[in-house]
Amino acid sequence: MAAAFRRDAPPQPDFSLLKRLARDQLIFLLEQLPGKKDLFIDADLMSPLDRIANVSTLKQHEVDKLYKVEHKAVVSSADQLCFLIRPRIQTVKWICDLVKSDKAVGRVRRYKIIFTPQKFFACEAILEEHGAFGDVSCDQWDFHLLPVDDDIISLELPEFFTDTFLAGDQRWVRTVGSALHLLHSLFGPFSKVYGIGRIAKMVYESFRIQLQTEETRTRGDAQIGNVFIIDRDVDLVTPLCSQVVYEGLVDDIFRIKCGCVEFSPDVTSSEKSVKVMLNSQDKVFNEIRNEHFSNVFGFLSQKARTLQTAYDRRRGMDIKQMKTFVSEELKGLKQEHRLLSLHIGASEAMMKRKTKQDFQEMLRTEHSLLEGFEIRECINFIEEHINRQVSVLESLRLLCLLSLTENGLLPKDLRSLKAQYLQSYGFEHLLTFSSLRTLGLIQEQQTTETLSAVETRVRLTAGRLTEAFSSLAKKSNFRALSRRLNLVPKSEDYDLRVPKDMSYVFSGAYVPLSCRLIEQVLDREGWSGLEEVTRLLNRHEFSVTGSTSGSEGSSGLTSGAGSGLGSTSSPGFGPDSQRRVLVLFLGGCTFSEIAALRFLARERGYRITTVTTAITNSSRLLESLVQNKV
Amino acid sequence: MAFVTASWNPLGDAFYRKSELYEMSWSLKDGLRDSLVAAAPYGGPIAVLKEPQRRSPSSRPHLDIYSASGQTLASFTWKSGVVLQLGWSVSDELLCVQEDGTVLIYDLFGSFKRHFSMGQEITHDQVVQARVFHSPFGTGVAVVTASARFTLATNIDDLKLRRLPEVPGLQGAPSSWAILTQERQTKVLLSIGPELYVLDHTSCTAVYPPGLSPDSGSILQMCVSFSYKYLALFTESGLVWTGTSSLQEKFSEVDTKMRSAPKQMVWCRRPRAQQPSVVLMWERLLLVAGQCGDTIQFPLDQVSVLVPELDGIRVLGGFHQELLQEVPLVSQEIFKIASMSPGALLLEAHREYEKQSQRADEYLREIKEQSVLSEAVAQCVEAAAHEWDCTTQKALLRAASFGKCFLSDFSPESFVSICRELRVLNAVRESTVGIPLTHTQFKQMTVQVLIDRLVHRRLYPLAMEICRYLKIPEFQGVSRVLRHWASCKVQQTDLSDEAVARVVCAKVGDTPGVSYSHIAAKAYESGRPELAIKLLEFEARSGEQVPLLLKMKRSHLALSKAVESGDTDLVFTVVTFLKNEMNRGDFFMTLRNQPLALSLYRQFCRVQESQTLKDLLNQDDDHEGLGNFYVASAFKEQRLEGRVAALQNAVDEFNKAKNDFNAKATEEEMKLLRFQKKLDEEKGAGLQGMSLQDTMETLLNLGLHKQAEQLYRDFRVPDKRFWWLKLRALAEKQDWDELDKFSRSKKSPIGYLPFVDVCVKNHNQHEAKKYLLRVSPEQRVQACLLLGDLEGAADAAIERRNEGELGAVLNRCPASNRQLMERLQRATAKK
Repeated sequence: MAAAFRRDAPPQPDFSLLKRLARDQLIFLLEQLPGKKDLFIDADLMSPLDRIANVSTLKQHEVDKLYKVEHKAVVSSADQLCFLIRPRIQTVKWICDLVKSDKAVGRVRRYKIIFTPQKFFACEAILEEHGAFGDVSCDQWDFHLLPVDDDIISLELPEFFTDTFLAGDQRWVRTVGSALHLLHSLFGPFSKVYGIGRIAKMVYESFRIQLQTEETRTRGDAQIGNVFIIDRDVDLVTPLCSQVVYEGLVDDIFRIKCGCVEFSPDVTSSEKSVKVMLNSQDKVFNEIRNEHFSNVFGFLSQKARTLQTAYDRRRGMDIKQMKTFVSEELKGLKQEHRLLSLHIGASEAMMKRKTKQDFQEMLRTEHSLLEGFEIRECINFIEEHINRQVSVLESLRLLCLLSLTENGLLPKDLRSLKAQYLQSYGFEHLLTFSSLRTLGLIQEQQTTETLSAVETRVRLTAGRLTEAFSSLAKKSNFRALSRRLNLVPKSEDYDLRVPKDMSYVFSGAYVPLSCRLIEQVLDREGWSGLEEVTRLLNRHEFSVTGSTSGSEGSSGLTSGAGSGLGSTSSPGFGPDSQRRVLVLFLGGCTFSEIAALRFLARERGYRITTVTTAITNSSRLLESLVQNKV
Repeated sequence: MAFVTASWNPLGDAFYRKSELYEMSWSLKDGLRDSLVAAAPYGGPIAVLKEPQRRSPSSRPHLDIYSASGQTLASFTWKSGVVLQLGWSVSDELLCVQEDGTVLIYDLFGSFKRHFSMGQEITHDQVVQARVFHSPFGTGVAVVTASARFTLATNIDDLKLRRLPEVPGLQGAPSSWAILTQERQTKVLLSIGPELYVLDHTSCTAVYPPGLSPDSGSILQMCVSFSYKYLALFTESGLVWTGTSSLQEKFSEVDTKMRSAPKQMVWCRRPRAQQPSVVLMWERLLLVAGQCGDTIQFPLDQVSVLVPELDGIRVLGGFHQELLQEVPLVSQEIFKIASMSPGALLLEAHREYEKQSQRADEYLREIKEQSVLSEAVAQCVEAAAHEWDCTTQKALLRAASFGKCFLSDFSPESFVSICRELRVLNAVRESTVGIPLTHTQFKQMTVQVLIDRLVHRRLYPLAMEICRYLKIPEFQGVSRVLRHWASCKVQQTDLSDEAVARVVCAKVGDTPGVSYSHIAAKAYESGRPELAIKLLEFEARSGEQVPLLLKMKRSHLALSKAVESGDTDLVFTVVTFLKNEMNRGDFFMTLRNQPLALSLYRQFCRVQESQTLKDLLNQDDDHEGLGNFYVASAFKEQRLEGRVAALQNAVDEFNKAKNDFNAKATEEEMKLLRFQKKLDEEKGAGLQGMSLQDTMETLLNLGLHKQAEQLYRDFRVPDKRFWWLKLRALAEKQDWDELDKFSRSKKSPIGYLPFVDVCVKNHNQHEAKKYLLRVSPEQRVQACLLLGDLEGAADAAIERRNEGELGAVLNRCPASNRQLMERLQRATAKK
């Protein structure tokens, strides 16, 4: 099933254009500072930069040495320093200190900061405050979108999730709006934009404003017809589930960074660890990435056998045949062989971890939680998990899942679980719980009484009205949603070899809510018939038709179903573009979701491109919350 | 049109023509007698100041501004000092140079704009003569004082006064002088008697015009051409000397046979002129002195003023205005009597064709035989451009169009563009508009400038029509006109704010390139803030509204607009602005109403100013937030006392927030910290900062069971947890005896399976087996499996008849153990 797309599915648009654009602009910016220079790069920009321009390209443009920004004193002896950073106040402060210390010893250097993807006024304010504004020149590298694979584009902004949903700081909204605008101008015009979530609305609005003010014309033929924008906080359950498709597992265990993974020595069965690019270029990986883990071994061994036969053909060849074999096939076979052995190694390592009793039990608990079955036992399991200090994040993950699926915890349970958690993992997690509550990940079950109490509080402190409301709105209605959208399939035995719906990405136990929403909206071409669902999701849905012609869409968002603007049958939107769908996750998405969407695309003959602020998984999601402030 | 050549006068081998532009629509009693007159080049407006010398307050001079056709634009009584010179700036402003060195600037409609002075010394000395000139830098003013000192300002929009050095031997004004612009420097050329001097910023140098006869006497008059390239001198003996203004080359010397100095002398030439000339004007005579030595004389019946243009001269009189120019070569060729040029033949051919005469064909054949048809068409098109009379234009264009029919590969572009341009030119030449532009001037000045001129004249509808007709991109054309129109409209004080806003919105709509914030800024500048706010409402991009709102001190509105724009940078800009502008209390109150701005500022404070963050939370009575703030700050405290103090603050805040759980947890943390400190001091256990569980574990590992038990009781640690903990700690230490004792201390709250598990994990099968018997029946199978005791597991499973457990055992059963397998399968089948 791996790569078998329906024959009528349109081909993927060529996103490598985005890379070229980014590279050209970077080179242009580097040349703005002529002469030899040392380049300092923010740690989290290293991998994305590597995808855009390699070291030799940088050297060609007179970059002398490369350093990672480590917030330490600088040893560079160059006369020109260039900083390629994310717009973060701490980093800018560090640069200010550096400038100051240079001044103190009477060193004259030229400094240039390239902010990516955007420069913020706050950063420049810091430069000004520290009296370094005149010494440092600032630029902006509009590197919004990194195509990490044929059908995945990442904004590489992991902080989007916490900044936006936790701190309520919406500075990234415009950035994402610009990214969407870029996609629109390269691959648009979009004929339909659907979305759900408060931030999704804001992103669309920002996109619309940019569309209106900047008079850029799209390149005539629409390559992408439909866009779906979804907030991560619409579906927080899915990213918290343990992943069981191969790619997701690799991410959970080894962590994929920008489409690249480092396999440790126990996988490679040698001294060194090996870095491998994981994308559709890797033939072996491409065939197993979307597979449920239980199938992977079977597939790999079969692959090994075919490979062996290919090798075996050597026997009985004459010299001439041998020559063509060596020159044409052998290299490919060797490459495949190497990859195969790596993936087998990785699978073994996973197997070791995942077939353990504990893991099986954990999966069982997760599935019970999703089904809403034997909750008491689940709580006991979680309690034990905490008591045994199995893992800070895993315990937290299960707690969050419990609260999300149960629509909050009983006050008694919550208090006891929280107390135990603090005893196990330390008091500092008091702050973690506060963050989790703001996000609605761990909530107290609200009786009607407490609800009205909140309401009175709302009335009293009008100033914090929106915050109070949003905390009210954070109520998860998972159980009801699950029933409405049939997220938990009924069938008892699920043949994972022949998946019949998207639930296969979670062993047939659960269809990811986010993907189900996308499926339903695409099927219905709007939100009609999903009124009850959107009510449960706090009514932030929208759908706009013909957003492309600025003035037509100017009357803004139409909340609710089907009330599109303009005409649907405008020319230029061929059936091909209609089947190309862009799904934009605000706050990250998981490989399991991507696998589910790929399944959906295969079933319906779509081409789905996933655009996400970052690839996430349960540990990344929770780490960002645990680290916060502590 | 048969008499096109009637107004032609031969001069050397070229012709000069004088054609009437307008019969002036003004009614001046005495013509231009006793008046100061200034007319702007390129068919610009005319200013007339009558009897400028009158000083008594009872009868002040009158200043009138007219269009070139004599339509009144403004008229008012002059109330300032004595005006010596009038002049027009490049942007259609009227400059009035007064005796005291003050320069007053008025717009086209006579409203005062600003003034500047040419310097302190000049006020004292009095100006005797002044000139307004155009240079590459803009419009300049030059004056000479009674004490014979020159002062220059090369650009009135960027005023830099330059006092030129003294001229030796000069008293009062020189006999004649002119302004020169050479090598990006402005100089004065002046004559004292027969001598000629160049005065620049640093020195005064005597110069000698090459070939000027030494006995020609004093230089009485001089003039520099439109392009500053050529110079003409008039001497006492009536000679006109012409040459380059660099005085490197002499062109000619013409004897005018006139002895008195002319009233005015100007160059008359056109680009690629055959026979440039100098035009001199006396009281009743206009004399054209060509370089060939020939002259043409016209009698003058009225007081006139010569206005030099790029390609000729406008002769402005009290009743008429005429254009005097050399006839362009192409017109000469077509209209010259008995001309056989291709254009002339084509014109003739077309004329015959219209008469339906077969001679049309003969003419055509003749042109075709010489294969010069395309040249003929081109000539006709070009000649049409130079004609003033519409009938002649039409005749030429029709002839061109006729000739074009016989050509297969003639590009129509020039024809089409000339037609369009002529249409525009004819429209602006209309007496009601009064801009007598020639085609050459129009090309030089560009359509953009023409539109600007029309806009200055407030001829908005015409300007818009022209933009649309010439298909000028909206941004440079229509939008620009609308922008000016709206900016002008908001200054109209006779309309109410409401009405102006409505009118502006109706006209401007959402034309791209017209920014409402720009118009609003204009309204604010002219003192109408309410109107400005109304106009800002129409601005689609809320970001654009913010800077003006800040300027107008509407901070709250600015903030909400910034928030609306969704541009966080803009919000932050406003926030920083407000922070400096307002007192702290008001600032916080403002933020409270804007959650987005508040959270943005909070984020900033979190990194930059934690104290401000605290104040913010305080202001909001956000006790929970404050509690969290104190907890976070506790972790930054290195010393225990500081940490405990911070935590105590947190407890207080949590209590205020009625969050018992957090308060209690914080209190317990304080208790734990103290306990850890005590033990660290007593035993050196290194517990500081550990979680409760880790503390207990460390204590158990250190064998401090009593202290661990104390924590277990004090902190009401759940039994299960403590059992797990102790179990693991003991097993890891391989303290099997203690483990055994522990298992018997009371009934295990976690069952006995974990006992088996830890023993197996620590590789002690023997100990593990000891606990097997105490494992509850439900977990027995699992325990057996842990131990690797398949038989036992099978027994237990069969006994419990549990399908799942049977399966689990079967899975683990190796294929070699066939007997066991069969037993299990039987048991499964029996079910």
